[in-house]
Amino acid sequence: MRTTNSKKSLNKNTGAIGEEIAAQYLLKRGDEILGRNWRIREGELDLITLDRSGLIHIIEVKTRSSTFFGHPLEAIDSAKAHRIQRLSLAWLATNGALGCDYQIDAIAVLIDSDGSHTIEIRANIL
Amino acid sequence: MTLGSTYGVGLQGLAGNLVMVEVDIADGLPAYTLLGLPDAALSESRDRVRSALTNSNELWPNRKVTVSLSPAWLPKSGPSFDLAIAVALLIANQTLPTCEDTVFLGELSLDGKVRSVRGVLPALLAAAKAGITRAVVPVANLAEAKLMVDLEIIPMESLSQVLRWLRTGERVEAEALDLQCESDEALLDFADVAGQPRARLAAEIAATGGHHLLLIGPPGAGKTMIAQRLPTILPQLTITQALEVTAVHSIAGTLGNRAPQSLLAPFVAPHHTTTRVAMVGGGAHVIRPGASSLAHNGVLFIDEAPECGVGILDSLRQPLESGEITIARSIGNLTFPAQFLLVLAANPCPCGKFSGRGRNCTCTSQQVRRYLGKLSGPLLDRIDLRVIVDPVSRIEMAQNELGESSSAIRERVMAARDIAAKRFAHENWKLNSQIPSRALRSTYKPERAAMNFLHDELDREHLTARGLHKVIRTAWTLADLHHHSVATLADVQQAYALRDGVEL
Repeated sequence: MRTTNSKKSLNKNTGAIGEEIAAQYLLKRGDEILGRNWRIREGELDLITLDRSGLIHIIEVKTRSSTFFGHPLEAIDSAKAHRIQRLSLAWLATNGALGCDYQIDAIAVLIDSDGSHTIEIRANIL
Repeated sequence: MTLGSTYGVGLQGLAGNLVMVEVDIADGLPAYTLLGLPDAALSESRDRVRSALTNSNELWPNRKVTVSLSPAWLPKSGPSFDLAIAVALLIANQTLPTCEDTVFLGELSLDGKVRSVRGVLPALLAAAKAGITRAVVPVANLAEAKLMVDLEIIPMESLSQVLRWLRTGERVEAEALDLQCESDEALLDFADVAGQPRARLAAEIAATGGHHLLLIGPPGAGKTMIAQRLPTILPQLTITQALEVTAVHSIAGTLGNRAPQSLLAPFVAPHHTTTRVAMVGGGAHVIRPGASSLAHNGVLFIDEAPECGVGILDSLRQPLESGEITIARSIGNLTFPAQFLLVLAANPCPCGKFSGRGRNCTCTSQQVRRYLGKLSGPLLDRIDLRVIVDPVSRIEMAQNELGESSSAIRERVMAARDIAAKRFAHENWKLNSQIPSRALRSTYKPERAAMNFLHDELDREHLTARGLHKVIRTAWTLADLHHHSVATLADVQQAYALRDGVEL
């Protein structure tokens, strides 16, 4: 049980690191971060940002330490994509932004064993 | 550019359509969509192509991949598009140069080998007609593909070989890969048949005039032996005929039993428990040719014919009439060629011993009468020769000298066919068995004495009108074999005697 727990927390940790890497990248690009790990009962949104043109990006971040189990973005199936879509509307509604232009992006972060990472952005995945 | 395209071929029966395989790689979540009415085997191409690519050290694009097989309305089936999809995908991924005027055929294995597929010959025929000049085919299909002399054939063993060729032009030597096909020609010979002069003569007549043949005799008399050797005395196939035969066998996937370049007439012997679909062709999703089409330009032999299920033999009536078979299914109508020499074999009765004086036969007389009655009238209408094959006698078995060899008989057959071909130069039939009844009474009447003889037999009710026509057709073949310019009294009498008085 203990190993399972530590493994789980390790994965959680990997996810957090990946999200941080993604956030730093977006900040550097000049985006403004509107929210992180926004959570309601149906699920969680990783990142919500506003780019310089005024478009809201809802971003799902997927982090992997190897491609052994496939590409990170392959983990987003159509059910998950539709959940993100529903959550996006919920976020827009709670933040008084319904009707604003928005799009859903996905970011894949690959962290190598030596700590270096690669980042891959897919815009408008739906 | 994130677009790539190659060509494959979609087959519907023997008819092929050139299919353009387009691949688009777009931004988006990793996904794979296959458009253009694929069947199950084709839909599974995704996983084969992906594994084959990664195992050939190529990158799978983790993007939104859309594969479109056009024309989109044409239902496509089978795994032969794997190679075309893989190549188009790499072109779209910009890791391969574009490749025009080339058709790609082949199934991919997970480790990147190019596997053999069915229907290569008809596919290449369609590709050549559509203006394609080069074809990449699996090595295992090379013998078959080489029949297409006007196409540049590029045999490939693996996906990585294909890619190396497309990138550098480097090719594996085709001759080195040429697989020797097992040929069963010259294994059988009429010299093996002991005795049986009547049955041998009947076989020769059948081969010459294209007369369908019914052999009746007890088990072990040699009915099967004689039928099996018929292809060895039939004239060799012309190149066009051989292509037709190979195309049908290619689609059915039965080329393993037959060398693709073989000029020997095919011999097909379905078991008497066969189904109607297996006999004439059919199938729900993919329509395949049946035994009657596999025997196209050759011999269809049905042993124990009266044991066949109800309607099985009668399903052969359409192909016997028209030389082709049209199969209608919900996915469409298909026509396969089916011009064959029908040879039926039957025991004289259920126990098989009703021959000679029939002393050992345990059947009742009613059983004996019913047994051959199972062959329907309309079918028997089309069978000109009915021969009783007696058990081989002690004297015949003791004879050491061999019978006449197949090659000697074939020479006579071909000479006689030449004579018939000259006589029928202006008719729309080629063989004596195809002379219509009307013509038998006018242009192709035997000499007067022969007609008188036949009319006498008709008056004595030894012969029916239907039987009379059969005798005349057979007599013409005998005339050709004897180099008579017209069917003489002797020819007619011999033909009459060959009927063995069996009026079914």
